[in-house]
Amino acid sequence: MTKQITVPFGPQHPVLPEPLHLDLVLEDEKVVDVIPTIGYVHRGLEKLVEKREYTEYVFIAERICGICSFIHSQTYVQGIEQIMGLEIPERAEYLRTIWGEYSRLHSHLLWLGLFADSMGFESVFMNAWRLREHILDDLESTTGGRVIQGVCKVGGVRKDVAPEKLDEMLKGLKNLEHELNELNNVFLFDQSMKHRLKGIGKLSSEDAYQLGAVGPTARGSGLAIDIRETGYGAFGKINFRPVVEHGGDSYARCAVRAKEMFTSIDIIEQCIKKIPDGPVDMKVTGAPDGEYFSRTEQPRGEVIHYIKGNGKKNLVRHRVRTPTFTNIPPLVTLLKGCELADVPVIVLSIDPCIGCAER
Amino acid sequence: MTYLAKSPWIIHYDASSCNGCDIEILACLTPMYDVERFGIINTGNPKHADIFVVTGSINEANREVIQNIYNQMPDPKVVVAVGICACSGGVFRECYNVAGGIDKLIPVDVYVPGCAARPESIIDGIVTALGILEEKRTKNVHSPQVTDNGRAEHPKRHAKGGAE
Amino acid sequence: MEPQTIVPITVGEVVQKAEQAKKDGCRLVLISCTKIDETFEIIYTYEKDLKLTNYRITVKQDDEIPSISGIYWGSFVYENEIHDLYGIHVKGINIDFKGTFYKTAIKHPFSVTITKEGDA
Repeated sequence: MTKQITVPFGPQHPVLPEPLHLDLVLEDEKVVDVIPTIGYVHRGLEKLVEKREYTEYVFIAERICGICSFIHSQTYVQGIEQIMGLEIPERAEYLRTIWGEYSRLHSHLLWLGLFADSMGFESVFMNAWRLREHILDDLESTTGGRVIQGVCKVGGVRKDVAPEKLDEMLKGLKNLEHELNELNNVFLFDQSMKHRLKGIGKLSSEDAYQLGAVGPTARGSGLAIDIRETGYGAFGKINFRPVVEHGGDSYARCAVRAKEMFTSIDIIEQCIKKIPDGPVDMKVTGAPDGEYFSRTEQPRGEVIHYIKGNGKKNLVRHRVRTPTFTNIPPLVTLLKGCELADVPVIVLSIDPCIGCAER
Repeated sequence: MTYLAKSPWIIHYDASSCNGCDIEILACLTPMYDVERFGIINTGNPKHADIFVVTGSINEANREVIQNIYNQMPDPKVVVAVGICACSGGVFRECYNVAGGIDKLIPVDVYVPGCAARPESIIDGIVTALGILEEKRTKNVHSPQVTDNGRAEHPKRHAKGGAE
Repeated sequence: MEPQTIVPITVGEVVQKAEQAKKDGCRLVLISCTKIDETFEIIYTYEKDLKLTNYRITVKQDDEIPSISGIYWGSFVYENEIHDLYGIHVKGINIDFKGTFYKTAIKHPFSVTITKEGDA
């Protein structure tokens, strides 16, 4: 038998913007076992519900993660609204959906850049982030924030968007769609890309299901798990189909995200065409009494906020289960049997978001 | 201005940040803001770096990592704390696992406020750091080796009940 | 939105319900823990076709709960988390970090009342 050696990967690693630590047990170049260590970003923010009122806590919920920020706040307020039985104005639902899809676009482009960077494909990195700035500009001009928007509140949203601005956004998306097409052609159909990605890090659909994979990690393995189909926000009134690929390898996961960007653009366009007039905010009195599992689809997959209140201003419990957290067991399985040189690519192919996972 | 200040290399570490400031730092490197035109290069190796950019606050697991990176960097070196969490703990200052700003552990030269810090202010902070770097070089300042004496200043906490 | 119910079960039924869920083709979504006064509520959530099934057990600090990692391999992340943050012992986890999954300044932070100096 070959001698086993353990190679630490992270927490400070050039390919990772975030600290994740893996102990890789190697036999020659082959990874035979993986022990993940987390906790470098653990803040313990769930316990802050004891100190912040449920209306103020939206700001904390949004700062669980700076990439998925908007959808975290949306999930949280949605849970509170469910417990309190609030019917929020329809325009607010649509606006939340639009901003949520904008977040998905910015997150996928961000991932595309980092992923290309991990393979040394610098020009795709730069181009993806160049396109991402257009999205951030739209987010900033409509909400006021680039990465942390702070626009969701219990009972609606804080800002309305003028119809002229919505038209302008539509035009911007048309341009973006065109540029994305070009970028995707370079990225997905490039020969060396295929060499690096096809057949690397395979996850069968059965494994993905049993290990609890969600989001593009699951959809790349042929599972159509997409929480947007439950119809939260305005998704009940929008036509869309989840993007599913059957390869199960890194390439399939990339393809899912690349195609999802077009789905997102389509959803935003439908929303802008259908958005009704009216108020975007309602008055909220009282405090939540009850419990609810609020679910939404983040760029990385299903996120659950479990909220429990007892009729007081401070919640009893707020528990967040983020997509990356449940994608850790699939990641461990993916890495077993791969080559050491492929580890960065496989880790990034599940799009880990450590800030989310550890809270 | 010497060659050092014309092309400073930075190393970025995400302490317990929410990613908001981290992606803004990365945004600085990409075409819209493009700090490489100032010669600023992001490196992954502490021993290559002149400027240490930290986002997020200190927690129990990462204090060792921050110290290590700081101690491994050669003199002269400058520390930039990006974002309100790195400056003081921010909205998370009351969390049980957050010990506070980076200055509780290593000496900080420049504080960049904001949640998340905007790319413009990050660039401004790094340019300010260049002046300090130059000053440290001419005065031949030796930075101290940091050990975990921050732990002594760690705010006292009291826990009642529960499991041992 | 779908209505949600949580079915109370006993600690002894946890493994049996997990086996049943697996047989029904459910996936494990979440194991969450909540401290209510001196007791802890642990909720197991399974999902099939976008429908959630929830089971709730109530335990005390010194109780030991069985692991379902033999049935759902990926449950070790939740079970280690419950052990580290709440101090509840979980018996027979497949990958047991023995309290090193989360490194926290205070041991089992969710099982205690914390006051920090300088609190407003």
